[in-house]
Amino acid sequence: MRFAISLLTLLAIASVIGTVLKQNEPYPNYVVEFGQFWFTGFEWLGLFDVYHSSWFLLILAFLVLSTSLCIWRNAPGFIKDMKGYREKASESSLAAMSHSVALPAGVSAAQASAYLRGQGFLVREASREDGVLVAAKKGAANKLGYFLAHIALVVICLGGLLDGNVPLKVAELFGKVVPETRDIPQSQIPPQSRLSTSNLSFRGNVTIPENSTADVVFLNAGNGYFVQDLPFLVTLKKFHVDYYSTGMPKLFASDLVVTDKQTGKETVATVKVNHPLIIDGVAIYQASFGDGGSPLRFKAWNLGVPNAPAQTLAAKSLGNQPVEINSQRYQLEAGELRTFNIENVGDNNAAMGVNKTFQEVMQSAGQVKHDKQLRNLGPSITYKLRDAQGQAREYHLYMSPISQDGRPYMMAGMRSEVAQPFAYLRLPLDDNNSLDDFMRLRAALMDAKVQSEVARRVAAQALAGQAIGREMREPFEQSVRWVLDRFGQGGFAALESFLDERVPKDKRKDVAQTYIKIVQGAVVEVDAVARERAGLPRRPVNEANYRFLIDSLVGVSALFDYGAPVFMQLDSFDEVKATGLQITRSPGKTIVYLGSVLLVLGIICMFYIRELRVWVLVKSDQVRVAMASNRKTSDLDRDFERHSNALQQLARGE
Amino acid sequence: MELVQPLHAPGFSLRQLNGRDWLYALVVLAAAGVAYSRYGHAMDGYEQGILAGSALGLIALGWFWKSWQWYFPLSGALALGGLALYGDDLARGQTSFGLKFLLSSQSAIMWMCFLYFLATAVYWLGLLRRSDFLNRVGSGLTWAATVLGLTGLFVRWGESYLIGADVGHIPVSNLYEVFVLFCLITALMYLYYEARYQARQMGAFVLVVISAAVGFILWYTFDRQAHEIQPLIPALQSWWMKIHVPANFVGYGAFALSAMLGVAELLAMRGILTNKLPKPEVIDEVMYKAIAVGFLFFTIATVLGAMWAADAWGGYWSWDPKETWALIVWLNYAAWLHVRLVKGWRGAVLAWWAVIGLFVTSFAFIGVNMFLTGLHSYGTL
Repeated sequence: MRFAISLLTLLAIASVIGTVLKQNEPYPNYVVEFGQFWFTGFEWLGLFDVYHSSWFLLILAFLVLSTSLCIWRNAPGFIKDMKGYREKASESSLAAMSHSVALPAGVSAAQASAYLRGQGFLVREASREDGVLVAAKKGAANKLGYFLAHIALVVICLGGLLDGNVPLKVAELFGKVVPETRDIPQSQIPPQSRLSTSNLSFRGNVTIPENSTADVVFLNAGNGYFVQDLPFLVTLKKFHVDYYSTGMPKLFASDLVVTDKQTGKETVATVKVNHPLIIDGVAIYQASFGDGGSPLRFKAWNLGVPNAPAQTLAAKSLGNQPVEINSQRYQLEAGELRTFNIENVGDNNAAMGVNKTFQEVMQSAGQVKHDKQLRNLGPSITYKLRDAQGQAREYHLYMSPISQDGRPYMMAGMRSEVAQPFAYLRLPLDDNNSLDDFMRLRAALMDAKVQSEVARRVAAQALAGQAIGREMREPFEQSVRWVLDRFGQGGFAALESFLDERVPKDKRKDVAQTYIKIVQGAVVEVDAVARERAGLPRRPVNEANYRFLIDSLVGVSALFDYGAPVFMQLDSFDEVKATGLQITRSPGKTIVYLGSVLLVLGIICMFYIRELRVWVLVKSDQVRVAMASNRKTSDLDRDFERHSNALQQLARGE
Repeated sequence: MELVQPLHAPGFSLRQLNGRDWLYALVVLAAAGVAYSRYGHAMDGYEQGILAGSALGLIALGWFWKSWQWYFPLSGALALGGLALYGDDLARGQTSFGLKFLLSSQSAIMWMCFLYFLATAVYWLGLLRRSDFLNRVGSGLTWAATVLGLTGLFVRWGESYLIGADVGHIPVSNLYEVFVLFCLITALMYLYYEARYQARQMGAFVLVVISAAVGFILWYTFDRQAHEIQPLIPALQSWWMKIHVPANFVGYGAFALSAMLGVAELLAMRGILTNKLPKPEVIDEVMYKAIAVGFLFFTIATVLGAMWAADAWGGYWSWDPKETWALIVWLNYAAWLHVRLVKGWRGAVLAWWAVIGLFVTSFAFIGVNMFLTGLHSYGTL
């Protein structure tokens, strides 16, 4: 018993570790988290998959064994006890019981028997030397409860073991199967990593894009995986996803066609969360969903050739493809296409109860429904652009314009490391919601000829407006040209680095102000020149247009840090969804359920059926009444009082 | 509010039922019949089964515990009154006087919170002054709070359908709702034992844990706006929720109750408040009974949870943190019952163990949601 308790404690501690330490993560994650030293130790202890480690299973097996032994050892005594009436109990032992009383003679054995039968007892009379003993009992099922509950535990554990991966572990131990650790196409996986359809129990996952078929699932195995062949083909016809108005998911459902490999029988069904499909003892569950590789069309702006118009680039989400930009080879690794990006754009402080009046707080507490300002930001895509050296940057694009302060922008995030958050740049869109105006302006800002022309015009304007004297015209024009040239080569950062290198610290602020003024003033002319060349009318001077130009300057400057030779804009896509299915075979399920029912019945019997025994020893001079129960609670006191009183009344003939 | 129950509780038999018992049964059957005729078309077979089972269960509970016979119909009637005031317009919650100040789910639940606090104070005063009158007042306040709490949950159920037909669901789907349920179940179990053992002094201790839960509810409402009704995510759209969650909270409530009785017993054994509390043996027995009930329901709830998991997550046991902690809680109380029944332990050790058990239970209940991530992430802070 003591050993069993310590094992149980160990089991509980191991279980706690299993809940604190995330289980079955990819191994590199653990190395990053704990370092190589601890990783090796933890792996040796099996802490990354505690519940399937050999020592955990060993403890479980031992507990099953010890429970079985406990049942085995106690069974004969308990059964004997259940059947018996203990009519051999001596008078002295009856008198010694905690609930015992000697009544004056008067009640006969027959009366006592009749009374106790009436109270639901099973009664046996025995004539002995010292009188007639009426032995009665009730609630023998209490002991039955003990059997049910303990047998249930063994049954549940056996059922669980059947569904666990013990046979697989054993096969792995003897080298009969080897988990695959490489990321290779399913068809190339060698036989020693494949499990046949005769495998008794498995639980694996597979992702199927729309209009595709799968006939295997993948089983996690430590650092690698196994491929489990299925007895049927699963084809995803369509995946449905539906949202509530709050943006919470409402429905995930897969329209499947399951084709039996041997008979060719087709089953058409829809699998939803909470509504699995069970075919030939194999259950198919809706587990996850995602993008299944959707054809995408990008508009690609070559940043190295500012005047070039945008080109169309076809790609596929979750796919890789080589691209050549300015005679450099890159690898475009498209990520997942997300068609919904719902965000709460309401006032977060207001929602969280910050800065609210007492009355507002009370009002809010009184209502079960609140209006939220939710906005769907529309489809988004991530992709990586990897250069020939293997260096990659990751980009995050929203397809639709995003409105800020009433103006439309194109948002694009960039990061060079996965752990970093995306840094977003926003490019202002023109009246057609396109980047054309911005890109034209950018090309002009980087064009030396335009810079000279603009410098000339700005100087002339300054002279005409008598902002500068005639003698200042030439140096002013040169300054403007120089500032524009510098900006065109590296944006505001280029101007700043010049300041840091050449200008004394105390003057930097003033000079910087001047530069910014020059750029901001000149950009109006740059835009005008750019539009003249494109045959477009000059942009009217108003606040909105000026804002567009200033936003453009920020955008042009930020693009220098974009780190990509192209700016890609998601133009359109044809969505192909994918469903994540979990497919399991668990023959132990019925056994576990049976065990669970036994367990509940057993507990009910153990706690809610009280075993009661009554002895009435009828002698010539007195009647000894004694009672015993397997639970010494106040209920026994009450029952004893009631029955002894009743017997006393019978004796008096009442 | 006196519990009418003979101390000499003999075995159950239909002959002992009186007219009131049968009337109560008729009311419950009629209510279930109306519910079926009005909403039966929207229920699947399982839900119809749950409705029938609930009706029978409620009748049995009412026959077993007579106070239930007025408690449940009263809460139901108040809730129907509240929903009648709503009509089919949720906005009336802010304009109708009866709803705004008493019967909208939030008002009823706020009243429940207030009354539980008040009951705690009164019970303590009653305990310290050894005043039976104050203890009876405490008892009455607890009853009132419990009536309004159940009313609040019922009304909330209706309100969720007023928000939208696809939003409506039984209010046991998030941490806010189950905390209200926890308060109700703990209070009801306590009220049963209080009357059965004539030991109102225990209220001072039990109401402390209820007040703590109420404190959480208030924080959750005012700071986090968690009382808003949210629609159900796909994993929770199942009839299993209707039985798994309440069964679990009978377990949690019973374990919380036993832990507070453990505290009372320990104090009484150390000479603190000894002459004011019931005898340690009485407290000990109630503690044991609470744990026995809790263990039964917790077992049922865990089995139901496993069966639900088999439908929703693809396996009846995935060693998810919630499952694992449920197992730890189960092992804990299984061991507690073992040493008491097999080894015959009594007294301080078991009382301490029951108190520690509350921490284990609380971690399984809230801690897992706060600190661990898993499939069962339905209530977050």
